[in-house]
Amino acid sequence: MSIVVDHVNFIYGADTEHSVHALKDVCLNISDGEFIGVIGHTGSGKSTLMQHLNGLLKASSGSIYFNGQDIYDKDYKLKDLRLKVGLVFQYPEHQLFETDVFSDIKFGPMNQGLTKKEAELRAYEALRMVDFPEEFYYASPFELSGGQKRRAAIAGVLAMNPEVLILDEPTAGLDPKGRFEILDQIKKLQTERHMTIILVSHSMEDVAEYVDRIVVMNNGEVFADGSPREIFGYVKELEAIGLSAPQIGYIARNLRRAGFALPDGIITVSEAADAIMEILG
Amino acid sequence: MDLIKARDVLFEYIRRDDEGNVEGITTALDHVSLDVKQGDFVCILGHNGSGKSTLAKHINALLYPEEGSIWVDGINTRDDEKILEVRRRAGMVFQNPDNQIIGQVVEEDVGFGPENLGVPTSEIWERVEESLKAVGMYEYREFSPNKLSGGQKQRVSIAGVLAMHPKCIVLDEPTAMLDPKGRKEVVRAVRGLNQVEGVTVILITHYMEETVHADKIFVMDKGKVVMQGPPKDIFSQVEALKELRLDVPQVTLLAYELKKRGLDLPDGILTVDEMVDELKKLKGI
Amino acid sequence: MIRDITIGQYYQTDSVIHRLDPRVKLLGTFIYIIMLFMMKNPAGYALAFLFLILVIKLSRVPLKFILKGMKSIVFILFITVFFNLFMTPGEELVRFWKITITDRGVANALTMTVRLSLLIIGSSMMTFTTTPNELTDGMEKGLRGLKKIKVPVHEMAMMMSIALRFIPILLEETDKIMKAQMARGADFESGGLIKRAKAMVPILVPLFVSAFRRANDLAMAMEARCYHGGEGRTKMKPLIYKRRDAVSYIILAVYVVLVFFLGRHAMFKVW
Repeated sequence: MSIVVDHVNFIYGADTEHSVHALKDVCLNISDGEFIGVIGHTGSGKSTLMQHLNGLLKASSGSIYFNGQDIYDKDYKLKDLRLKVGLVFQYPEHQLFETDVFSDIKFGPMNQGLTKKEAELRAYEALRMVDFPEEFYYASPFELSGGQKRRAAIAGVLAMNPEVLILDEPTAGLDPKGRFEILDQIKKLQTERHMTIILVSHSMEDVAEYVDRIVVMNNGEVFADGSPREIFGYVKELEAIGLSAPQIGYIARNLRRAGFALPDGIITVSEAADAIMEILG
Repeated sequence: MDLIKARDVLFEYIRRDDEGNVEGITTALDHVSLDVKQGDFVCILGHNGSGKSTLAKHINALLYPEEGSIWVDGINTRDDEKILEVRRRAGMVFQNPDNQIIGQVVEEDVGFGPENLGVPTSEIWERVEESLKAVGMYEYREFSPNKLSGGQKQRVSIAGVLAMHPKCIVLDEPTAMLDPKGRKEVVRAVRGLNQVEGVTVILITHYMEETVHADKIFVMDKGKVVMQGPPKDIFSQVEALKELRLDVPQVTLLAYELKKRGLDLPDGILTVDEMVDELKKLKGI
Repeated sequence: MIRDITIGQYYQTDSVIHRLDPRVKLLGTFIYIIMLFMMKNPAGYALAFLFLILVIKLSRVPLKFILKGMKSIVFILFITVFFNLFMTPGEELVRFWKITITDRGVANALTMTVRLSLLIIGSSMMTFTTTPNELTDGMEKGLRGLKKIKVPVHEMAMMMSIALRFIPILLEETDKIMKAQMARGADFESGGLIKRAKAMVPILVPLFVSAFRRANDLAMAMEARCYHGGEGRTKMKPLIYKRRDAVSYIILAVYVVLVFFLGRHAMFKVW
């Protein structure tokens, strides 16, 4: 599996006076099994880019290749692409519509043209993947708690068996408990099922703990692309575009300024503790 | 003087099936008692379902206790005659920025509360102007709310409450749906209200870093107040907070970690600067 | 597509017409429409046309913008012309195959075209120059006499203004839900009528749920801000008649008199 985004531009409302250049010459290479965090403030183009990856939006110029095939080729079936690249929107629980969780999750596989039996198998598997409590399989999705609804909605996309899973702020509005549970689950999809994961987020703290690679978007452009360690080294640059590094980054920076000889690339609390003990212990 | 006084408040959500039989009872508030002093900045922490939002709605007389009582500025919220008095004194800002703006123009939304209170026209304009200025949204007064960012919408909502000249403002997770930038804007506006305008603030949140500057924190779990005290006391109990699955800020975690490894740090380090200063002391610089 | 429809939109600019009291514009539009249906001769329509031109000129809304809105109703106009032209009995003018065109048919088709065009442009002039808010305010105050016979005027106006506030939000939401279901393989484009109607369920259910949730939240927010109906409420922007409003009422009266005069005068009667 690979996705290549090649010089993609996207302009909203191109023929009106209020046109917005939402993506500017975006190039990106996503390979199999990666866990990528996409970060940027509201309006930076990250959600727009995600909708390009599964063909919901079509680039104004440039190309996107999925497994080497041009998705804008006139013979290419976009519907198939949408099944291979699962997209979980923000507040996905707002799209639940069936009378029970199980039927709702079957919706995707049924659209794929699977038999009822196959769809049910997929639904079971998907619900297990997100650790959804069994006693609620046949409950109305509207009676679940916020965290459970969110999980059911994610299972609805997983049931289509995608190769790539894109999640647009999957933890928005959840409390810390729900947040960690969902993120742990997503990480497991990558490690145990080798799914390629793209996580769109506002939160540097969340992303720092889980992803292997960070893409920073700003004003429709790829501002930076690298490992969390590399990216969080640029505290000043991140602040300039309205983002912030995890708090630990600021502590490390201020300590260095105060004369502590801390090594570069500290991004977690335990790393910071180790380094400080090295000096003071 | 205590502006808000709650004594032994009990509130239950009763679920019924189609025939009206009781299916289950959730105790949202389990004999809660608390006091909030006039002019204080108070935070209520807790994860979803801990009862913090239910408590907030009690302060505004949107819900009434089944047992126990709440007094706002000396008025019992159960007193039907004075319900508007309670609501005017304790304004409320909700979580979803889209679902609480009524006006189609920013200034008209801010004027909505005073209109309901029967404030004369010329005074409404004065109040709208001062409220919008207090949250830094005056330049946007003629905008449509649909053109604003989440943080800006929440500031408009805050101005809408402020224009009613409340004694206290209750914010029910006003930042939960915002991006980091919006969150900062709102928290700054709320602190300004408290410090400059002297309005009592009750901020309900699950982001611990927003509570650093509070005068007092209440931590709720399963309908009960399980911890209360100034931030320094609350933040030093890292184990207990983790137990409650709250999001402990990284500074606090680091302090906890270092102390565990034998460094002699004081309790309750809340900010990056405090942390750096303490470590500098230890290093002897 | 939705963006192309300019009828019902507000065109922001500063003009005498924009500044008029909404009650004047509401009543004016109402009278203008009634007069259109009372006219019986071309002279009347000519007058109505002149009156409209005057309003358009004063309103500073560009003609291009107005005509763009007309594009979407060409179809309706076409149907009207079609039915009137071919279905009206009368003296035969042209006949080919099974279709006959009569003199009355031509006259009716012409009248209807002119009447409909004037009606639509005339009423859109009101929406072009009046914000939805002013409209609801105008209705609330203009109709407040109806309160005496227990018509909930304030509540109706409040409902209207809330609906207007939430239309863009719900449109955006529809778009989002649609995309999310498409990401789950939903297909809204192919299949017959029944299949397509069925395909709407995954959009409509979440949309309704969301609308109810929003309504619930909003009701609570309004209550929290001391809303308790129209009783004892003051206005931030009260409607007060100005000189220009009085002048407009006089012009309107003159217009009505002229229409009646033209109608009665045999000299202008053609049929």
